[in-house]
Amino acid sequence: MSKLEIRSPLPGTFYRTPAPDAAPFKADGDAVASADTIGMIEVMKTFQEIPAGIDGTAIRFLVDNEEPVMAGQVIAEVDA
Amino acid sequence: MTIRSLLVANRGEIAVRIIKAAKALGIRTVQVHSAADADMLAVKLADEAVNIGPPSAAKSYLNINAVVSAAKATGVDAVHPGYGFLSENADFADAVEAAGLIFIGPKGDAIRLLGDKVAARAVAARAGVPTVPGSAGRIASLDEARAIADKTGFPIMIKAAAGGGGRGIRIADNMADLERHFPQASAEAAAAFGDGGLYLEKVITKARHVEVQILGDGENFVHCFERECSLQRRRQKVWEEAPSFLLPADVREKLCASAVALAREVGYRGAGTVEYLYDEIAREFYFIEVNTRIQVEHPVTEMITGIDLVQEMIKVCGGAKLSIAQKDIVARGHAIECRINAEDPSRNFMPAPGRIETLKVPEGEAIRFDTMLYEGYSIPPFYDSLVGKLIVWAESRDACLERLKSALEGLTITGIPTTVPLHLALASDESVRRGAFHTRFLETWLETEFAGLSGKTAEVA
Repeated sequence: MSKLEIRSPLPGTFYRTPAPDAAPFKADGDAVASADTIGMIEVMKTFQEIPAGIDGTAIRFLVDNEEPVMAGQVIAEVDA
Repeated sequence: MTIRSLLVANRGEIAVRIIKAAKALGIRTVQVHSAADADMLAVKLADEAVNIGPPSAAKSYLNINAVVSAAKATGVDAVHPGYGFLSENADFADAVEAAGLIFIGPKGDAIRLLGDKVAARAVAARAGVPTVPGSAGRIASLDEARAIADKTGFPIMIKAAAGGGGRGIRIADNMADLERHFPQASAEAAAAFGDGGLYLEKVITKARHVEVQILGDGENFVHCFERECSLQRRRQKVWEEAPSFLLPADVREKLCASAVALAREVGYRGAGTVEYLYDEIAREFYFIEVNTRIQVEHPVTEMITGIDLVQEMIKVCGGAKLSIAQKDIVARGHAIECRINAEDPSRNFMPAPGRIETLKVPEGEAIRFDTMLYEGYSIPPFYDSLVGKLIVWAESRDACLERLKSALEGLTITGIPTTVPLHLALASDESVRRGAFHTRFLETWLETEFAGLSGKTAEVA
């Protein structure tokens, strides 16, 4: 089993939930499909959904909710 | 005047603008900044800078305690809030005063009154200012909403009493829409603003957005004429002009007088803007709201009147009387402002923070560039995308458009995409030249005219 990385396509603020009081898009350990949204990046007051981009069995987030991220930074790892 | 030092509770181009105004008045400046803004231009220009928290605006620029603590720690006399962030927060104005400092703006109570859309409509009505047909105030029930819609007709806007900046608005095209949207809008308003109160306003289709600049010292009130702000995208202004050149002279006179009457009604202090919708066909104007702060587009008014609005608001809030009487305020020529954003207009205005490689600013008489940029600066992704404003003046509007085109061609910003190509296209557009636009013009124009232009550019490239 290998580990794959999901990188942020944009700089900004990372959100794991679609709204402040909503459940996260994905919990640690969830399986993900390539088209699944795993979070949102707020960049200059606009929100962009971030797709997983890869299929995997267990996702593990490396960035907390509402943390700043750089473009190219690894947001999460998945087992593939 | 008692203000010798001033804390700037904002960032970006407006922070730079405030520092320059304060310096011209011999005032010492303190700039607050988030951890992400340590190298911004305003920090370099200010006499002193204070880090007030992490990049998230909620934890820095919107943190009342952090800003007031910085003001107390640095011993300033006054706080200027700029626009956005805490600029229209009545609690912030009160907190600044409670700390024994001067807030550069109206009193907290005036901000509170004018910030409540329903209360502001009532103030406007008392001052004899026409309001958009709709409910007299908050509406209690769907039945009441139905009765009002029967009278005004459709489309009708359902607006949150506590909303603002285009948020908390729904449009109903018929009774079924109204019945469906009404309870949802109330629930949403309660969740977003902590207040489920709603009111109704008829939609004025093909209206122009015209706003009047006011100044007051609490006793004397003047207007500095009006601005035309109809070119908007997603309810955000992208291009502003002064004066509103197609407004008939008698309408202009009534419009500006009504804004002064409203300022007098609340004993206004500082610089403010009274916003209206103007229905060109009916030749009627209707009050929308008051902005109790300096606005992004204030430079076009400065260009046609020669008045420094930021200096004036600092002076009157420091206790001085207005330095100008109405008879001395004369509008001359025409001015246009283009908002330059770090966005890619060819990719659906995707925001694009990044590092500025080269910056070449056009110079010349009647050209002004208000900006936060310098070569080597990295625009952080955490705040809005406005990076500068190009403002051009000329004797006539046609001459102003010509000068604007050459100024835009002379403005070089590399390292990030900007909205300069959008403004170049607008400056050459026949509808824009004739003034044949309204508040919803740009949405359609972007999908047709501008999409065509972008496509052609791509083919050539």
